[in-house]
Amino acid sequence: MSEIHLKALAHSYSKTPTGPEDYAIREMDHVWEQGGAYALLGPSGCGKSTLLNIISGLLTPSDGDVLFDGKDVKHLPPQDRNIAQVFQFPVIYDSMTVFENLAFPLRNMNVAEAKVQTKVHEIAEILELHPVLNKKAKNLTADEKQKVSMGRGLVRDDVSAILFDEPLTVIDPQLKWKLRRKLKQIHEQFNITMVYVTHDQLEASTFADKIAVMYGGQIVQFGTPRDLFENPNHTFVGYFIGSPGMNLIDVKPVAGGVAFDGIQVPLSDELNKILSEVPYNSIKIGIRPEFVHVWDKATEDAYECDVLHMEDLGTYKILTLKLGGQDIKVRLGEDHDVPVNKAYVSFPEQWLKLYVDDYLVEEPSVEDQVVEEAHA
Amino acid sequence: MNKVENNKAWWLVLPVFLLVAFSAVVPLMTVVNYSVQDIFDANTAVFVGVEWYREVLQDSRLQDSLVRQFIYSFAVLLIEVPLGIAVALMMPTKGRMASLCLILLAIPLLIPLNVVGTIWQIFGRADIGLFGWALNSIGIDYNYASNTADAWVTVVLMDVWHWTSLVALLCYSGLRAIPDAFYQAAHIDRASNWAIFRYIQLPRLKSVLVIGILLRFMDSFMIYTEPFVLTGGGPGNSTTFLSQTLTKMAIGQFDLGPAAAFSLIYFLIVLLVSWLFFTTITHMDKDK
Repeated sequence: MSEIHLKALAHSYSKTPTGPEDYAIREMDHVWEQGGAYALLGPSGCGKSTLLNIISGLLTPSDGDVLFDGKDVKHLPPQDRNIAQVFQFPVIYDSMTVFENLAFPLRNMNVAEAKVQTKVHEIAEILELHPVLNKKAKNLTADEKQKVSMGRGLVRDDVSAILFDEPLTVIDPQLKWKLRRKLKQIHEQFNITMVYVTHDQLEASTFADKIAVMYGGQIVQFGTPRDLFENPNHTFVGYFIGSPGMNLIDVKPVAGGVAFDGIQVPLSDELNKILSEVPYNSIKIGIRPEFVHVWDKATEDAYECDVLHMEDLGTYKILTLKLGGQDIKVRLGEDHDVPVNKAYVSFPEQWLKLYVDDYLVEEPSVEDQVVEEAHA
Repeated sequence: MNKVENNKAWWLVLPVFLLVAFSAVVPLMTVVNYSVQDIFDANTAVFVGVEWYREVLQDSRLQDSLVRQFIYSFAVLLIEVPLGIAVALMMPTKGRMASLCLILLAIPLLIPLNVVGTIWQIFGRADIGLFGWALNSIGIDYNYASNTADAWVTVVLMDVWHWTSLVALLCYSGLRAIPDAFYQAAHIDRASNWAIFRYIQLPRLKSVLVIGILLRFMDSFMIYTEPFVLTGGGPGNSTTFLSQTLTKMAIGQFDLGPAAAFSLIYFLIVLLVSWLFFTTITHMDKDK
């Protein structure tokens, strides 16, 4: 059982990094708790695979420490850490049968043959690999192969964390959800820490209890899928999570709020106060398409905008509106009336987010820390 | 729409047909033709059926060289395949050293066959050859021209020197095609180096090794030039292989009938061994 602690971790592939842009992982502190199901979500090249390889020991970080249950394992090779890893493309031993594949890690550890037999059968049962147990592994389908490579991690008693590096890439769409359910089930059954790397938000949120969103070599937010959706604390999270992503508009501060293209958006007194005190390079407001209110006639706090076009996606509709010079996406329920030509929208205060230099600014009562990050 | 039948297109195949006919079919059939006739001169030939086949199969000279040929081919394969794999495993994977190794390995393959024979003929001489002189000076009595064992060692060594590179280069390319994830997974599964070789590298080298073994078998089984230049088949007949015996019979003694019959048997042996080997290997993969 182990808790994985990344302490002041940073990694650069260059031998002599000169600036932050040379770092694949920028300095971070992070704790993956024992038994959690986590997803590491981010676009290609954000450093998520690098981070995974550091945890598994395939890569030694250039700075900082990796602690498993408080024990420094930074310089230990993968075989001396209690982890298993499932790769993007299924790794199976071609010349062996499925049974021999599953038994391989145990036989390498000189486990007694009787134990090997029971253990392999137990895992094959759970993974539903029994019918193919005596087949050559190379003749399996991609999803079965991926189950075999996962099984090699599960047969070992000493494994306390399984790392997944985009394991469903080569699986047919209709089998993906099945395998994902299997993963979830295994997680519940084995109480193993699982870290799942993906660039697919749907995959991340169906698998994980908590998602770490990575961007530019850093974890920009770590939270439940709901947190990420309702309270993105970085503009990247707002944009990356959700379909379509958050509406983000560049604004300038004015008295009593912010403004863009001559349109004023009032803010609360606390936010106005913070805004007047912090130095900034950019200010943005953000609101999720789901939270924009659409009225069919003018109201006191609604802005008038032009309807550009509408996409009907079956269970919901996406409306594109023009407000000032900005395109605004709105997600409407199936039974909501669709405005024609003109629409009136308002931004409920609760869902309107303010970002200074891309980090969320909140009223101080909630959390001070984020504001400090914005300062830095 | 009606399909237009236009068989004129078949005329376009004619050039290929002619080329194959003249380069392969006609010469082969000529040999078949010779092998069933007794030819006295250009106008006198008698059909003799399988007479020549019966004769050559009982000819002890040919039987001896056939045995020698098999021993030679297996000796060569037995050394070159493991050695080639070992060399490929030890080669650096990237950088300047990798390129250098590739160039060094390719050099023997670029040397004409008769030059290889000449190189070893001189190299092995006790008076002016480095190899022969070195062996003799450390007290080993070595003379490939008079001692049968020495001649065999030299002939096999020459082939190993010449062709191990081919196996090594094939294996090297096979090894480079193994994704890193396989090694990483094996480390995580706590596989020993031997297990990595046995269960990852070797299975993934299989297809290149099949090609390598087939090429080396066929080439070594048909070898002619190098031993001919090096030992001339001697001492005695100890290093006279099949193709040399055959050449003597066909060109030296002008026994066209028996030579043709033996050529066909020779051809069938190469074909049969290659086919047996290939089907055995490809059947090993199937599930029972």
